[in-house]
Amino acid sequence: MPQVMGQALKRHEDIRLIRGRGQYTDDMTLPGMVYAEMVRSPYAHANILSVDTQAAQAMPGVLAVFTGQDTKDELGLIPTAWIPPNSDLKMTPHPALAFDTVRYVGDAVAVVIAETPYQAQDAADQVQVQYQPLQAVVHPREAVEDGRPQVHAEIDRNIAFHWTVGPDLDAVFQQAEVVVRHEFRQQRLIPNAMEPRAALAQYNNATDELTVWVTTQNPHIHRFLLSGILGIPEHKLRVVAIDVGGGFGSKIACYPDEVVASWAARKLRRAVKWTETRQENFMITSHGRDHVQEVELAGTRDGQIQAIRVKAYSNLGAYLSTAAPGVPTILFGLIINGAYDIPHASADVYGVVTNTTPVDAYRGAGRPEATYLIERMVDLYASQIQMDPVAVREKNLVKAEAFPYTNPFGLQYDSGNYQGTLKIALDMLDYPKLREEQAALRKDGKYIGIGWSTYVEMCGLGPSEVAGAVGFQGGLWESATVRVHPTGKVSVFTGASPHGQGEETTFAQIVGQELGIPVEDIEIVHGDTARISMGWGTYGSRTTAVGGGAIHLATQKVIEKAKKIAAHKLEVSESDVVFEDGMFSVAGVPNRQVSFQAVTLDAYLAWSLPEGVEPALEGTAFYDPKNFTYPFGAHVAVVSVDPDTGDIHLMRYIAVDDVGNIINPMIVEGQIHGGLVQGIGQALYEGAEYDTEGQLLTGSLLDYAVPKARFFPRFETAHTVTPSPHNPLGVKGVGETGAIASTPAIVNAVMDALHPFGIQDLPMPLTPEKVWQAIQQNQGGR
Amino acid sequence: MLTAPFEFRRASTVNEAADWLQQGTEVKLLAGGHSLLPLMKLRLAAPAMVVDISGIPELHGVIAHDGVVTVGAMTRHVEVVKNPLILAEAPLLSQTAAVIGDVQVRNRGTIGGSLCHADTAADLPAAVLALDAQMVVSGPDGVRKIPASEFFVAPFVTALGPQELLVAVEVPSMPSDAVSTYLKRPHPASGYPVIGVACWVGYGGATVRLAITGIGPTVFRAAEAEAYLAAHGLNSSSIGEAARLAAVHAPVEDDITGYKRQLVSVYVSRALQHTAKGKN
Ligand SMILES: Cc1cc2nc3c(=O)[nH]c(=O)nc-3n(C[C@H](O)[C@H](O)[C@H](O)COP(=O)(O)OP(=O)(O)OC[C@H]3O[C@@H](n4cnc5c(N)ncnc54)[C@H](O)[C@@H]3O)c2cc1C
Repeated sequence: MPQVMGQALKRHEDIRLIRGRGQYTDDMTLPGMVYAEMVRSPYAHANILSVDTQAAQAMPGVLAVFTGQDTKDELGLIPTAWIPPNSDLKMTPHPALAFDTVRYVGDAVAVVIAETPYQAQDAADQVQVQYQPLQAVVHPREAVEDGRPQVHAEIDRNIAFHWTVGPDLDAVFQQAEVVVRHEFRQQRLIPNAMEPRAALAQYNNATDELTVWVTTQNPHIHRFLLSGILGIPEHKLRVVAIDVGGGFGSKIACYPDEVVASWAARKLRRAVKWTETRQENFMITSHGRDHVQEVELAGTRDGQIQAIRVKAYSNLGAYLSTAAPGVPTILFGLIINGAYDIPHASADVYGVVTNTTPVDAYRGAGRPEATYLIERMVDLYASQIQMDPVAVREKNLVKAEAFPYTNPFGLQYDSGNYQGTLKIALDMLDYPKLREEQAALRKDGKYIGIGWSTYVEMCGLGPSEVAGAVGFQGGLWESATVRVHPTGKVSVFTGASPHGQGEETTFAQIVGQELGIPVEDIEIVHGDTARISMGWGTYGSRTTAVGGGAIHLATQKVIEKAKKIAAHKLEVSESDVVFEDGMFSVAGVPNRQVSFQAVTLDAYLAWSLPEGVEPALEGTAFYDPKNFTYPFGAHVAVVSVDPDTGDIHLMRYIAVDDVGNIINPMIVEGQIHGGLVQGIGQALYEGAEYDTEGQLLTGSLLDYAVPKARFFPRFETAHTVTPSPHNPLGVKGVGETGAIASTPAIVNAVMDALHPFGIQDLPMPLTPEKVWQAIQQNQGGR
Repeated sequence: MLTAPFEFRRASTVNEAADWLQQGTEVKLLAGGHSLLPLMKLRLAAPAMVVDISGIPELHGVIAHDGVVTVGAMTRHVEVVKNPLILAEAPLLSQTAAVIGDVQVRNRGTIGGSLCHADTAADLPAAVLALDAQMVVSGPDGVRKIPASEFFVAPFVTALGPQELLVAVEVPSMPSDAVSTYLKRPHPASGYPVIGVACWVGYGGATVRLAITGIGPTVFRAAEAEAYLAAHGLNSSSIGEAARLAAVHAPVEDDITGYKRQLVSVYVSRALQHTAKGKN
């Protein structure tokens, strides 16, 4: 039996996905299916005066047109599911269909149900809505000023919550030798999963069951929320996520669209499908980031960082989305010290509502915002005290001996050797030589820059006790059932809900290794509340750490029971049985053995089972991890800047990551590449813009630059392995590291290149025009 | 992303297409569909009738005679890239078509469709303008020719009458000593040119053509730079001044930061340098 853990097996799921045989929600067709099309507000803020549906109702193929008036008494409000403690959070009442006020462009006011998607859209165009436009507010810091338009009457100065953590640090700052102050703008990003969102709902008249196929990262959370909103008990509600084409956080939330499709399916007794267009995806599917951060760092003249604090205004959009309040608080504020041993830290966050698309988790969720802040501040500090940025990092990184390390907010960093990854990156780069080259090139009017990011992040979201303590309205454990069929083939049911990450393969590797059976004999089943008892889904790089942990424990239960049966069969006591490579054998007598498959068959035939052992063979585990996991690493980017055009050319990118134990190195590599591209995309290309009236100016792929493969050099990756003690597999999580680490590495590199021009910082994305203009304004510095 | 209802027709002759066009104003011709269909799917265009012209034999084919290459309006970008006659007689056209969009776009999109759509940021207008091409147009009053310099009137507006269609593009053969370059700066999102500079030098340096797309409201010639280069020759010392002249005279709008003129200067300079290298 060959080793399968740690092998770069090709992905199981690709057999169907690459050949176009995947099944996405929109691929589903049901008998009698009809189509929903939403009528959406063209205004960012307006009162609805009237909705005239008559013309639309008379259009061919139209079954019904419903407005907010029709749904408001039949549907609950769409809630947020994260209420950070000590934050004074106010709910933003969010009806599925707006009936009095619309609060962002795209807010749905009516739905048309018709026999064909074309008819639905034609009729939606005929719904006449009279609006009274109101003034809009889009910028998070402006929104809290006096006299600004109020997005929700019940939310004074648009402050949905004010969350603080950490002590008053005025004294520390007053006494500090060096204080660096800076303001950063985390621009707004649009996740752009390859597959837009979709929902298909079917009501079963006989059983009163509603089934909803929906593009979700967490079907059980969806069921939980839909159950409350629709008033359908959970045992009569089934949520299915078949193939889901990426989410990046944007498919965590429960949205009005699936609520309305579900409600209409029950009302009309017809299967109702709703599918988002790419345009709608830009307009209504949750966005990411969008902070203004006022940051201060205190340190000594010789490079010891003493304190970091931030006051942040986080734009949450028009309504508090499902996980939104947790992102700029727990997932951001608690880790602003990054990988550094900084004794003092505090964060002060305003969660602000505006007339924009709701903002929620986006790959990294909070941690990129924190990492950018600290990694940029370290560079600004280094520059101010004229130290090399690497030297400052070396001096302040948490030492390998210090683990478990408790950060200023009480987070316990599990394990690590931060200097170790930095050392490898330095060697791969040949840093001193590159600095010499840089100096020589500058003399020729050529500008290259080197940018570092020595990050840590927290992921593997769980345990549930912490979830409760930080106000997440759910658990963060995971379930797994390993069901061995009579022939020894295995179905694994996981509460995690992978949607492109490759766990159908990695999970099979875990089980295959432990049971000593071929991975081809293992099927990973996920994304269906009817088949999986419970689960909390895939986000926060938790799937392998928590979901994988549950699978490991369930597999161990199977082995435990099988061992009993094997001992019975081999007529020895259980303690004399060893299990290795799929074979149970008698210790010391290796030829007295019986295979796992033979034991399985015995378990099912049950002709002769040991005392007290039940027939069949399966194990179920509900696993709650001990703590978060903390992947870390050192990234470095080398860029050149063309002063004539402001073009930034990424010459090299080195990522040395420690994500704990690695189950499938190819999949890990893929996750890192994808993360890097998204993080670099934020640094250089992506940025959603609104005008002052709340119109999204970057509303399509023609103007919003999702990075293309050709923009990038070959990434150079390396690893160290420091297992996490917080879960049985020793894994840490890799889904978000690239997106968390790379953004500041790039910006640090560009600022390093621009150093001769006296340019310290520019707002992201660093478009060529911005860079060129800054060079123009600072020509004197050259 | 679903179109409004429309009537669909297939024309098999130019006259038949012209007849449909005369039915009313809400008729659109469909060539490769790569500009028209996105507009219709976004419901930014909702023609009552769409007439497919891809089956009209007169719109197909590339021929060369009397120092002119005639390229049928339905010639796909991919064909413009590879066609031996175009490569021999008007390589600038091939060079330009080669960097349009991606493979799928080049496989479907047509030269006629691109020119008639007259997107501010289309690539091919630069080439046809630099090559002094003539648009062969058929309408109710018969066939007429419109010089490229008069064809692009405003963003998405051409000199084509409402009942006319483009039959072919006539491109004068480039001289045998001609060297040409099309230099494009793709937009990071759309891939369309932020600026595209088409340039060629020939007749021993006596003729220099520079046409610029993407950055102004329509494609334009850098006439002052052309004249300067014709007078001073294309060499490392003249390029800087030519680039400066092109930038100063470029009809760019809303250039608050000066970046657009800067790009004109840089891209004209780079295109000329590249051309000068090929010349030696
Ligand atoms: C993803 C994508 C990327 C692209 N990137 C680029 C790019 O980088 N650079 C670039 O230049 N273009 C780009 N394009 C546009 C592409 O080149 C189109 O093919 C071209 O603009 C239109 O040609 P078509 O044959 O597809 O015309 P259609 O879409 O069929 O027609 C366009 C318009 O021209 C009219 N028309 C077509 N033929 C005639 C005719 N013979 N007489 C009169 N009117 C006619 C139509 O009625 C319509 O109004 C891109 C398109 C896509 C979808």
